[in-house]
Amino acid sequence: MTTGRQNSYPRIAPVGLDGCIVSFGATLDERANRAALSFRAALDEARLEGVEETSTSLTSAFLRFDALATRAEALEEKLAELLASRDWYRAPLPPGRRLWRVPCVFGGALGPQLGEAAEAAGLGEAEAIDSLQAARLRVLTIGFAPGQPYLGQLPETWNIPRQRALSPRVPAGALVVAIRQLIVFSNATPTGWRHVGQTAWENFRLARDPAFVLRPGDEMQFEAVTPQALEAIRARNEDGLGGAQSEVIE
Amino acid sequence: MSRRLKVLRIAPGASLQDRGRPGYLGQGLSRGGAADVQALLEGATLLGQAADCAAIEMAGMGGEFEAGADLRIALTGAPMRASIDGTALAWNASHTLARGARLVIGPALRGVYGYLHVGGGIDGDCVLGSRSAHVAAGVGQLLQAGDALALGPDPGGRVGMCFDADDRFGGGTVHVLRSMQTHLFEGEVLERFLGTAFRRDARANRMGVQLAFDGAPFRAEGQLDILSEVIVPGDIQMTGDGAPFVLMPECQTTGGYPRIATVLPADLPKVAQAPAGAPLNFRLLERAEGLARQRAWAEACAGLGRRLRPLLRDPHDIADLLTYQLVSGVVSATEGESGS
Repeated sequence: MTTGRQNSYPRIAPVGLDGCIVSFGATLDERANRAALSFRAALDEARLEGVEETSTSLTSAFLRFDALATRAEALEEKLAELLASRDWYRAPLPPGRRLWRVPCVFGGALGPQLGEAAEAAGLGEAEAIDSLQAARLRVLTIGFAPGQPYLGQLPETWNIPRQRALSPRVPAGALVVAIRQLIVFSNATPTGWRHVGQTAWENFRLARDPAFVLRPGDEMQFEAVTPQALEAIRARNEDGLGGAQSEVIE
Repeated sequence: MSRRLKVLRIAPGASLQDRGRPGYLGQGLSRGGAADVQALLEGATLLGQAADCAAIEMAGMGGEFEAGADLRIALTGAPMRASIDGTALAWNASHTLARGARLVIGPALRGVYGYLHVGGGIDGDCVLGSRSAHVAAGVGQLLQAGDALALGPDPGGRVGMCFDADDRFGGGTVHVLRSMQTHLFEGEVLERFLGTAFRRDARANRMGVQLAFDGAPFRAEGQLDILSEVIVPGDIQMTGDGAPFVLMPECQTTGGYPRIATVLPADLPKVAQAPAGAPLNFRLLERAEGLARQRAWAEACAGLGRRLRPLLRDPHDIADLLTYQLVSGVVSATEGESGS
């Protein structure tokens, strides 16, 4: 086990009084992300005493514990044991994940920056749509807004930067692209990511049970539909799934 | 008889808050809840009710309310000018608000967030385990004039009790602990941070509090390459301009700015309650001392019930003073003794 001060991974570090983070890398790559997801699943299963919640980010697993009831040192020891118990970089993704196929309108008025994004990626528009449609992407992490997934990674050609000037308001359900990742927005928001498509998918819907449907490690794929088809989907979208179908990933 | 509290007027930024909804960090929903959780606990103690009751959080300024039934109320947090039908009310105290009476709460005299509690708690919609509004996330909304707030049943209890509040409404020293990115701020930068006299900037809300200061920006090693990581309330981020920003309960769940330290949870109310311009400085604690301090705070909150005392009424405020028989059995020093 290494402490937060050293430069090697994986490592354990405190987060304030009642948090602990286990980091698997300083840059995003598939194996560090998978290690974080796998480790968090193992952590949840271990049900360590005092742990109140867990989460993951791009390359880390985080836990919050009851600092007054649980000795941090004892907890860190147990984390170190779990960390040492296997090579997490070779661990498979946890079971119970789902693939969501989500209808999406690409380009046109509903994806006004598809052309720009395609150009930045060195692709023609039709090629760009094919490339994005073909991508079956992992929910790398959820954050920034309730239920909001960061999906990746797209092929290297999509390593395009965020815009310097923000688009002032991209709608909820928008599909945006940058740095080899896609996001579906939970809320209308200003953003530096390029707006390439539109879905009727709602990451978070209070009245729905469950309010959140995605988990980190799930996968998403976006299937091109016409604007008319999206309208029809919107007309019967009580569950906020935007016409999406899901299947369990074996 | 309607057990409701009618909101006649309310300043912007007021909302229902309880202790928030922890447990959704992994889903991008921060826990929210009262900006000053200590004030929430104080109100619950005054009314002898559960700590998870919801109260009205008022940001900088209150409003006007009317009781639909006889109610018990309590006022905690940033002291605000308050009166019932023109009679001034003590802060950090519990009172009766009779049916039809009007409660007026004005601007904060010190601090930022004042809390109005009602016996039985405010019975707003419980969403994902909490009645707290989390406007940034699209859960609940701010209070508006015309709202008629349903109240929980009140088994009753004392009113006219008060306590001596601590001094957390004017900034001061805030205790912090190391966090996962503290090591990115090399020794001299961290020392300078701890030696700097900050002041609360004008920009502050339930998501975070900006700090201002005179001096060079604070920079972390490899600042621009930091991967987005979990954020917890109390984290002190160094934003692009090198000025600290303290995250509050309604902060985002992840972020890419490096964090220099994390405020001890017991001291977060002091940051929330620092008004614009208030001085703030940071003292770094090792874990053991931080834990001891947090435990002491938790015990003080739990023990507040024993420190309540009756509210002494100013005789000037007692309208029917002349009907009280304060002294009886007067004896003459001279009559009936030497036959004069």
